[in-house]
Amino acid sequence: MSVFDPYAPSRDTTEGTVYSVTGGDWDALVQEIGSTKEERVVVNMGPQHPSTHGVLRLVLELEGETVTEARCGIGYLHTGIEKNMEYRSWTQGTTFVTRMDYLGPLFNETAYCLAVEKLLGITEDVPERANVIRVMMMELNRISSHMVALGTGALELGAISPMFFAFRERETVLDIFEMISGLRMNMAYVRPGGVQQDLPAGAIPKIRDAVKLMRKNFKDNTTLLVGNSIWMKRTQGIGYLDLAGCTTLGITGPVLRSTGLPWDLRKVQPYSGYENYNFDVITADSCDVYGRFLIRMGELEQSLRIVEQALDKLEKLEGAPVMVADKKIAWPAQLALGGDGLGNSLDHIREIMGTSMESLIHHFKLVTEGFRVPAGQVYAAIESPRGELGAHVVSDGGTHPYRMHFREPSFNNLQATSAMSEGGMIADIIGAVASIDPVMGGVDR
Amino acid sequence: MFGARGTGDTSGYGGLVRSAASTGSSERPYGSYFDEVADDLERAYPLFSEAIERVVVDRGELTLHVKREKLVEVAMILRDSLKFEMGMGVSGIHYPKDSGRELHAVYPLLSITNNRRVRLEVSVPDADAHIPSVVEVWAGNNWHERETFDMFGIIFDGHPGLTRILMPDDWQGHPQRKDYALGGIPVEYKGATTPPPNERRSYK
Repeated sequence: MSVFDPYAPSRDTTEGTVYSVTGGDWDALVQEIGSTKEERVVVNMGPQHPSTHGVLRLVLELEGETVTEARCGIGYLHTGIEKNMEYRSWTQGTTFVTRMDYLGPLFNETAYCLAVEKLLGITEDVPERANVIRVMMMELNRISSHMVALGTGALELGAISPMFFAFRERETVLDIFEMISGLRMNMAYVRPGGVQQDLPAGAIPKIRDAVKLMRKNFKDNTTLLVGNSIWMKRTQGIGYLDLAGCTTLGITGPVLRSTGLPWDLRKVQPYSGYENYNFDVITADSCDVYGRFLIRMGELEQSLRIVEQALDKLEKLEGAPVMVADKKIAWPAQLALGGDGLGNSLDHIREIMGTSMESLIHHFKLVTEGFRVPAGQVYAAIESPRGELGAHVVSDGGTHPYRMHFREPSFNNLQATSAMSEGGMIADIIGAVASIDPVMGGVDR
Repeated sequence: MFGARGTGDTSGYGGLVRSAASTGSSERPYGSYFDEVADDLERAYPLFSEAIERVVVDRGELTLHVKREKLVEVAMILRDSLKFEMGMGVSGIHYPKDSGRELHAVYPLLSITNNRRVRLEVSVPDADAHIPSVVEVWAGNNWHERETFDMFGIIFDGHPGLTRILMPDDWQGHPQRKDYALGGIPVEYKGATTPPPNERRSYK
């Protein structure tokens, strides 16, 4: 035994001497390890590591630079969203779910709202304009989410320029979100029965311009990465997971499509009117990180196609309602632009405060107590940028959910980390995790 | 929170009358592809009537209520014969008033081959909260079962490493059970304690 080292205390176990390195001076430790033949090292990567895509903790067992065992530690971002929702009304639920997967807030909201609408039995009554707006917003969101996946994925592998380009595009999308909903993230824009408010005046030409701009700008990242020999060396054959591995682990999204299976819920189990849009399901057959990268790049263009078709539809549906006609469910007032900015509609205030006692009662009941949802359980699934996002909602007939559970694609897909990275180099685990694109807010909820 | 006492219902409508979900079984024909799924399962699994307690078709979704002893057998048949290749996880539900069947576990399944979905539901008493693990059928249910154990205290027998996953390892209780109140947990950091939100101040 050596002298006591405060930065690397050692203890004897049945498996030999175990050192716990906590930082500081490595010299003494390296010297001591050098005297033994054992090369097995357990490294804690994260939860504060910049390359682990958020607060993900990886416990890696290494032989030299080869990963022999990789395990994930999660839960550092657990916020109890599912539990909290049981104490809030159905409408307030959107404000919670939007914060789960913070790169895809509109997907969380839509999955939740589709489930609530299914429970209410009003899926068919959601106005077409609301559905088209949902689709357009989701596809824009898919672009911004894929941009973060591509940009941070490249950054984590050491390429910094793709991130600048990717975040520039994301900014364009977030500006559209800000124009439409007032918020750049966590917008709680999709509500049970429709959307929170209609598009502002002049939104459609602005989105058309943004689509044009993005289509031009996407080329920057394409020329930078597609076919780039360094990028291909870092990503090809890395993070391999074939179709059998994907089905047994329940993997969906780009990881599943990188095995060549064109499984996209937008096509196979359409919701919100996706059957009315022309778009292709992008696949790859390499089962590796490069394939998933190409899929995300391809999906950007497909999303732009869908947005353009949605804009055409929206022009034809000008002035149509964006909330169900049922006044027992629809939020009683739309926001309106006043002298001091966007706020409560003065016409509505005048009506409930000045002319109609019944309207006031109705407004008060719906806003404070909320609407009731018939008892039962449903599961509504949508294709989020990361795979199948399922909302399992149970109602007991009350004004708030009895039980909410989200089948988060990030949570499920992160299980593939071990299968993708064990036996490979430690540097490749970063690429493998980045290709899963887990968002820890969604993993931990 | 905010000085509320009793049920923890912070909406201000603590006296809501709530009706429980129906406990009946659906009658044939179920509609859609559900009859075919039930027929196929009956053909492939002779013990169907013994293992499946109820078949419920509600809001366009098929739920098979399975006895827990038969869960793994039914799951294997569903995976291999009926091609439900994907287990989409487990979700727990706690019904404290449903005596003898307080804890439910719900398994959404997906068939890529046939583009179908079904749901399995297993209910167990709180006093004996054991359900056989289906990790050997769908390996992807590993973390989902850990989460359901973490949140509800359902023990999945045969799981390769059933530990907490979202809450800290030394956490007391299972937070998503109905008898576990929202809030009320003091926050500790480096020995100092911040009281839970509902005890910090009062709006009485």
